[in-house]
Amino acid sequence: MKRASFFACLVLAACTQSAPVARNTGVYMLIDTSGTYRGEMRKAEDVILYTLSHLEPADSFAVARIDTGSFSEKDIIAKTTFDDRPSTTNAQKRAFAQKVQNFVARANASEYTDITGGLLQAVEFLNEKGTGRKTILIFSDLEQDLEKGYIRDIEVPFEGFQVVALNVVKLRKDNYDPRQYLARLEQWKGQVEKAGGKWRVVNDLDRLDGLL
Amino acid sequence: MSMNVLLAITPWPAISILIWIVVLVAVLYLARHTAHQAIRTASGAISRGLRLASHSVSHAESRLAERNREVLLGAGREAKERIIEREFARVGETVRKDLANYPHLHRGLSDAIGRIEKDHQDAVEMPPEPPGWVRAVETVSKLDAKNGGGDVLADIHKSIVKAHKEAMEAYREASTERHELLRAMMPRWRDVQQLLTDVDKKVESLLSRSVGVDRHMQEYEAIVKREDKAVSVLSSSSLVHFFVSALVLLVAIGGAAINFSLIARPMAEMVGGTSFIGIFKTADIAALVIIMVEISMGLFLMESLRITRLFPVIGALPDKMRVRMIWITFSILLLLASIEAGLAYMREVLLQDELATSALLRGTEGTVENGFLWITTAAQMGMGFVLPFALVFVAIPLETFVHSLRTVLGLIAIGVLRALSLLLRVSGNGFRHLGTLAERIYDLPLFLPLWLEAKWLANGRATAPMPVEELREVTP
Repeated sequence: MKRASFFACLVLAACTQSAPVARNTGVYMLIDTSGTYRGEMRKAEDVILYTLSHLEPADSFAVARIDTGSFSEKDIIAKTTFDDRPSTTNAQKRAFAQKVQNFVARANASEYTDITGGLLQAVEFLNEKGTGRKTILIFSDLEQDLEKGYIRDIEVPFEGFQVVALNVVKLRKDNYDPRQYLARLEQWKGQVEKAGGKWRVVNDLDRLDGLL
Repeated sequence: MSMNVLLAITPWPAISILIWIVVLVAVLYLARHTAHQAIRTASGAISRGLRLASHSVSHAESRLAERNREVLLGAGREAKERIIEREFARVGETVRKDLANYPHLHRGLSDAIGRIEKDHQDAVEMPPEPPGWVRAVETVSKLDAKNGGGDVLADIHKSIVKAHKEAMEAYREASTERHELLRAMMPRWRDVQQLLTDVDKKVESLLSRSVGVDRHMQEYEAIVKREDKAVSVLSSSSLVHFFVSALVLLVAIGGAAINFSLIARPMAEMVGGTSFIGIFKTADIAALVIIMVEISMGLFLMESLRITRLFPVIGALPDKMRVRMIWITFSILLLLASIEAGLAYMREVLLQDELATSALLRGTEGTVENGFLWITTAAQMGMGFVLPFALVFVAIPLETFVHSLRTVLGLIAIGVLRALSLLLRVSGNGFRHLGTLAERIYDLPLFLPLWLEAKWLANGRATAPMPVEELREVTP
């Protein structure tokens, strides 16, 4: 009897884990809406739809714009945590896609580009969701242009995050001096990796297979 | 102590090496007897230990073989008893059925024979009456013609001709009637023939069954007498049963896998698609549990129907309770099959929803409508409904597999033990020979002192005086 109880406890212990492991994915996508990037909105929409098609029930997804002051919930265009029932998840995906399409159709260009604020907002959102994997997608040229008075000299905690820069286009000045472009990429990479995150750059939007 | 120190005992390393070799050989020579004894004792101990182990394993193998034989004979006897019991039941049923029909058959035969007899009597030919007027004709013919005898004879002739004509007509009529009666007898003869053919068939069937029973009884007797031939037959048939049932079980596992894929996806709608138990999705476990419950119900149904005998408790239940159990298990199966059909339909709906969403996200909205979609939906629902009932029959190969597994495992264990025994025996012998080899290898560097020793012993034997016994004259 004692032996049977012991085996039953052993089986239960094997099946039950002390703390539930989060297996879901959280994705936060930042879209640059500054003047240079206004024309790239369709590409951003494609990336969003691709991401939507690859997310599963219980995953979280948010899309936010990068504007003058991006550290704000007001900049979130659409956000959702998918239900654990597949049919409801499909309905949520369709509604999300509709919201994004509406935004792309009537998005205004912003004067300044506050990338750091957007990243802070993304980190805060994903930490709050507590997802197992956390990915931040930045659809931008990575050229930060802050309005006077905004302080963004902050170390963002990227521990456990994967940051993917998408479609980092070259600016006109980069063509004159490519070192500026490379330096910009290097600066963001260093900032992310220094804070414990992983950094990737994906410029070929036709091949997003390993994005998530 | 390093090599350099050893070589530094003299200023010349070669000399040092030589000295060391001489010392080593001397030490080895002095310790030779003890070393040989140690090697012999060690190798002998290991060899004896291994041989003992081999003997023990052989003993275990024979015990296992005996037990396996008992199990095999027991299983064979049980199976044969079941077959003979069934054969007797069939014979009993046939006899009961035929004997129940026997009065009817007897009455039919008696009626047919009675009718035939009556018809036969009616058909007997009646002999014509003897002509009584012949003597009168003779008397009249003796009369004188003058007395009118000629006229009388002419009248008689006329009457005779007329009577003959009438008699012939009556005879023809009677013959026709007799033929009619004989014709009417033919179907009755056929009835009798048919009845006798039926009886013959039934008797033949009984005889063939009795031949089968005889054969089974002979085999049963061979099993009871524990003949080697019976054990060999049972063993080979057990292996065949094992492989065949394993094959059928594999097919059943394939069916269960299909069943699983039909219901696992929609199950996520019921229990959620993101919860896990251990490393497995709860939805997958729930789907698996449904399939396992179906298989269990199938087992119970087969047990209740007394087709399988895995659970003696169910087989020993009173008939009333057993019939109740049949209905309960069948109802649960029907319910589960209906649930599966519903889940299969839901799977198709979910799949279409997912495809539509993917198309929307890919920007390929408005794809061509599939007019034959209902066929796949219906097929899935049909499979969802039928597969649980098909899985019921898993109980039969499962029972055979379980029963034959015992024998097969026993045979494998016997094989392993036999191989182990052989290995131990060979190792024991090997160690004994290794001891001898080690002694020889030990002696190899001592060849010089051993040669000298042999020489010295030979010289000593040559110079020593011969014992008196050896010089005594040999008498025949």
